[in-house]
Amino acid sequence: MNIVVCVKRVPDSSARIKVGADNRTIDPAGVEYVLNPYDEFAVEEALKIKEKAGAGEVTILALGGPESAETIRKGLAMGADKGIHLKEGTTGRDFIATAQAIAAELKGRPLDLLLFGNKAIDDDGTQVAAMVATLLGLPFVGVITKLELNGRTATAHRPVEGGVEVVEVALPASFSAQKGLNEPRFASLKGIMAAKKKPLEEKPAAAGEPRMELVKLDNPPARPAPRIVGTGKDAVPALMKLLREEAKVI
Amino acid sequence: MTAPFTGIDFYQLDELLTEEERAVRDTVRDWVSRRFMPVIEQHNRAGTFPDHLIPEMAEMGLLGAPIQGYDCAGMNATAYGLILQELERGDSGLRSFASVQTSLCMWPIWTYGTEDQKQKWLPPMARGKKLGCFGLTEPDHGSNPGGMITRAKRKGGKWVLNGAKMWITNATVADIAVVWAKDDEDQIRGYLVEKGTPGFTSRETKNKWSLRASITGELIFSDCAIPEDCVFPDVKGLKGPLSCLTQARYGIAWGAIGAAMACYDSSVNYAKTRIQFDRPIGAFQLNQEKLAYMLTEITKGQCLCLRLAQLKDQKKLKPEQVSLAKRNNVEIALNIARLARDLHGANGIIDEYPVIRHMMNLESVKTYEGTHDIHTLVLGQAATGLAAYT
Ligand SMILES: Cc1cc2nc3c(=O)[nH]c(=O)nc-3n(C[C@H](O)[C@H](O)[C@H](O)COP(=O)(O)OP(=O)(O)OC[C@H]3O[C@@H](n4cnc5c(N)ncnc54)[C@H](O)[C@@H]3O)c2cc1C
Ligand SMILES: Cc1cc2nc3c(=O)[nH]c(=O)nc-3n(C[C@H](O)[C@H](O)[C@H](O)COP(=O)(O)OP(=O)(O)OC[C@H]3O[C@@H](n4cnc5c(N)ncnc54)[C@H](O)[C@@H]3O)c2cc1C
Repeated sequence: MNIVVCVKRVPDSSARIKVGADNRTIDPAGVEYVLNPYDEFAVEEALKIKEKAGAGEVTILALGGPESAETIRKGLAMGADKGIHLKEGTTGRDFIATAQAIAAELKGRPLDLLLFGNKAIDDDGTQVAAMVATLLGLPFVGVITKLELNGRTATAHRPVEGGVEVVEVALPASFSAQKGLNEPRFASLKGIMAAKKKPLEEKPAAAGEPRMELVKLDNPPARPAPRIVGTGKDAVPALMKLLREEAKVI
Repeated sequence: MTAPFTGIDFYQLDELLTEEERAVRDTVRDWVSRRFMPVIEQHNRAGTFPDHLIPEMAEMGLLGAPIQGYDCAGMNATAYGLILQELERGDSGLRSFASVQTSLCMWPIWTYGTEDQKQKWLPPMARGKKLGCFGLTEPDHGSNPGGMITRAKRKGGKWVLNGAKMWITNATVADIAVVWAKDDEDQIRGYLVEKGTPGFTSRETKNKWSLRASITGELIFSDCAIPEDCVFPDVKGLKGPLSCLTQARYGIAWGAIGAAMACYDSSVNYAKTRIQFDRPIGAFQLNQEKLAYMLTEITKGQCLCLRLAQLKDQKKLKPEQVSLAKRNNVEIALNIARLARDLHGANGIIDEYPVIRHMMNLESVKTYEGTHDIHTLVLGQAATGLAAYT
């Protein structure tokens, strides 16, 4: 069983994000970067599948700047076998270019399962997984919360409005992980120490043609000062009116 | 609740750490945030240790982390220090648990034990299947352990122990006690006493107002006979237990910074969000002075720890250097906890915030592993060559 998990280095969800001087990237000063939490579910699922099968290989793939090697090693520390780092000078290429570079790398490699996080928490793109799968001609099931393998058949659960959709696909296949799929393990000290000794292939990312340009990043508007509409139950009608007409939340 | 804990690094000391050391620190920090913080207050109220987390700690390799071989992770001194810093950011009781298991039990077995003793105890202790405790202090001999009256007499191919140890962390839950007692030649030696040995009982010390999430108790030996090979063969005299304490004190120097960081973190968040006189209280000079003190002392303490780690890895560490760091870092941590308590106003006395728990805990940390004053005397002796405590 060959499993590839694609991961991305993203700012920690608790980081306070400031837009950089170029108005197009975030200011990295003081920001901690982590393995994208949704990708962590994918790594955990891959490791569980390998452990259950008692055989196989889990490869962590990341496309990004030099620091992405550290993100790959987080996956290796959790227990993955090897890494592929598709290097580029800057991150921030568009989704299709990213997907093309990843697909170009994976084409022709032995692959049974290709796993992604459902989205990267930096840009909430939710596109790369489906694009890579499509470029490779693999069936793709997105936003899954359960994955079961039975021989060459995979059954995945995905939450839909008011229920669960159960999907069956033949391997090789591709999936994107949603919260609830599993509880990612903590890397062990031995795992962390071993990570640096595991093979990590580094190669330039194949240049894909960008189709999109990020024009501008903006900070969210400052929140208006709170207002006290009145006190007691007499204030309720005025509050309802404002919530309906001004805040437009009900 | 407040923002997740991210640590304090005013002097960019992270740049002095390796990627692995940072990864270890971040992993333990994350574990403490996700697994320990949600349960600590309930255990602190109940006076219990969260036993259910022991397998997870073992799985990560946190027990016996600096030991080489025997299923242990073999971490360097910096990584081990960072682990304890993060554990004590959670609670001093959690760090005490790891310290006792690692520095006070596994370390002496690894350093002074026979190969059989190591094989028997270290792997299951690393896996958290067997817990240890360290019996040095007696009811009438705390700062002066050399005066101990617990005896081990050789009788018919056995050692027969009589005496009592008090204030022993993990006393009632330990499977194995490292007990220090005097032999027939009045030499202090270390003995391995298994739970359940006839003549060996333990009793929990209840009603503590400090380190409530850590088990403390007494060990009582009355004609407790243990096999002849349950002694450390070669180490004799006070240097046996004192060398263990040097290991543990090293960890406390780091751990205290963790507790201080938790108090500072809570204080900064509180100061920025608590409004009085129409302004965040963090805008008032008196509160800024408190925060400036905390930040300065935490940063100085971090520098001490890092240098201490380098010396330890280079095997140049002197006990008095450890005394300086234990004494300083625990004192400033306690000061910081008290200031944090002040800054939180009335909220500083309830356990919705971690500060009063850390403040109470650090009173024990100031006393155990050599009281603050005893370390003062160690440093006084280092300065003058004159011992004040004999
Ligand atoms: C929660 C907790 C857990 C503990 N866990 C363990 C454990 O696992 N194993 C273990 O062996 N012990 C343990 N201890 C015991 C601890 O190490 C002792 O409490 C400590 O060594 C101090 O001894 P004492 O309490 O008898 O105080 P004392 O020695 O009676 O000291 C009382 C006061 O007098 C001062 N003093 C004493 N002698 C001098 C002197 N010559 N000059 C000036 N001042 C002096 C001390 O500094 C202190 O302020 C623990 C203690 C606590 C509180
Ligand atoms: C057990 C207990 C019982 C109590 N009982 C009563 C009671 O019976 N009746 C009653 O009315 N109240 C009672 N109180 C409330 C008590 O009087 C308040 O807690 C106290 O006035 C402090 O207010 P605070 O807790 O809101 O802290 P805050 O006012 O929020 O102060 C937080 C911190 O900021 C500092 N600070 C605030 N303003 C400034 C400033 N301008 N410049 C510099 N520093 C500043 C404070 O000194 C403190 O360190 C009780 C409190 C406790 C803990």
